[in-house]
Amino acid sequence: MLKRFAGWWLAGPATLAVLVFLVLPVVATIATTFGEDGGIFAPYIAFFNSGFRRTVLWRTIEISLATTAISLVVGFLTAYVVSKTPGKLKSLLIIAAVFPLLTGVVVRSFAWLIILGKNGILNNFLVGIGATSEPLPMLYTQGSVIVAMVYLFVPLMILTLVGVLENIPDDVIQASSSLGATPAATFRQVILPLAVPGLIVGAVLVFTGSFTAYATPQLLGGERQMVMGTLMYQRAMVSFDWVGASTIAAIMVVITVTVVLAMSRVARRLNPMAT
Amino acid sequence: MMTSRINPLLILFTVLVYIFLMGPLIIVLGASVSDTTYLTFPPQGLTLRWFENIFEISAFRRTIITSLELAFLATGLALLVGIPAAYALNRYRIKLPSWLSTVFVLPILVPEIVLGFSLLKSVAVGMQTPIFLTLLVGHMLLVLPYCVRVVSASLASFDFSIEEAAVSLGSPPAKTFFTIVLPNVRSGVIAAFILAFITSINDVSTSLFLTGPGVSTLPIQILAHVEQFFDPTIASVSVLLMLLTVAVMAIVERTLGLTFLAK
Repeated sequence: MLKRFAGWWLAGPATLAVLVFLVLPVVATIATTFGEDGGIFAPYIAFFNSGFRRTVLWRTIEISLATTAISLVVGFLTAYVVSKTPGKLKSLLIIAAVFPLLTGVVVRSFAWLIILGKNGILNNFLVGIGATSEPLPMLYTQGSVIVAMVYLFVPLMILTLVGVLENIPDDVIQASSSLGATPAATFRQVILPLAVPGLIVGAVLVFTGSFTAYATPQLLGGERQMVMGTLMYQRAMVSFDWVGASTIAAIMVVITVTVVLAMSRVARRLNPMAT
Repeated sequence: MMTSRINPLLILFTVLVYIFLMGPLIIVLGASVSDTTYLTFPPQGLTLRWFENIFEISAFRRTIITSLELAFLATGLALLVGIPAAYALNRYRIKLPSWLSTVFVLPILVPEIVLGFSLLKSVAVGMQTPIFLTLLVGHMLLVLPYCVRVVSASLASFDFSIEEAAVSLGSPPAKTFFTIVLPNVRSGVIAAFILAFITSINDVSTSLFLTGPGVSTLPIQILAHVEQFFDPTIASVSVLLMLLTVAVMAIVERTLGLTFLAK
């Protein structure tokens, strides 16, 4: 009997932990947003009726899309060069991408606070060379949040895509060039399509990561650039509006799950290596 | 013929990207040793007093200890339940339903901040659990997917017929697991431990809602400190965390080789 269910005994504790402490609480959180007085969708109607909250949602989407697009381009070009770099230098470049990735979000966002602040390094430099007479207000703008988010996610993108690019067989690239394709044509018509599934994986990681971020928008955007994560914290811990916070949580879960499922379907369809 | 050469403009671009990646961390390092009461770079004068200052602030002393305890316990617990789960998912693949492996993807699908908030509502408030215990549950769930997936990946290349050979020669199953299976997936367990530990120590989003009066974690304390003070203490705490990253990478280098990081 013990032997027959050995698999269940071994997988049981971990499965139970996830079901009891993750699935149940999250389902409970989402459940509290329905069936309130004033109609089943009342909290959602309240959310979308508030101009401020709509702005926050839209701003979060904008920041996440911009971060994803910039990280994709920067990460892909860099990963391409890294994957073509020989031996020792390549390991060094990979280590230099792993290091920031393993350094925490708070530390990496804080660094940009020193750079972009009113008396920060960038402003001191600009005033010093006479490019501007007054320090520019760079902090607490959409731009400052995006720059720090790109900084956060570029290493992840580089590492994801180096793996993908290295898996492209050399024969395919050599076949392309021996058949007369220029390096640019090979890049556009062979390497890029083969990297599409990897690009989608990277894009999903960056988009969902920026959409649900808290520390970076809190430090670099503050109250002026409120996003879904910071709004949720404010609703829950400052206004004690738990239904409002749960509604934001539910919207986050729905958008995250939709993006992940939709994009993994797209990735499967676009994979040129799939048979 | 070797692969075609790379466009020099692309190389220049890559150099700029790496300056972008390293620059801010070097600036933090510089600011942490500056002999000024405000954050500045390049440092003016050299001092280590901001490092001493960390340990003079009791909130930092306490949260450093809490964060370390939390990371060790959460990682330990996650491995304790995660390794058997990973083993079962590989060994009894046919007997177990296919949705079981999906369960361990769920923590990745649910935003960390939503997990933290839900644990606050259902566990901390709902079950009146102590703050540290709730944090431990949150961090355990946060790192469990890494443990299951990384150990699973190294079990996937393990030849279970070796285990069967040991069992058929009379070795008891538990002993076989510890003497045959576990040593073979050693690198996976080390990698899972390191990934989980660093994830826990740096976490903000899950801990955010779960810290409370008297019990907080280091990253949450840093966030609170920055809102009030803008002195080099935070830069020196950041450098401590970077040193931890260096230590972790050194451990990886020693035990698994740095090529492991590339994967």
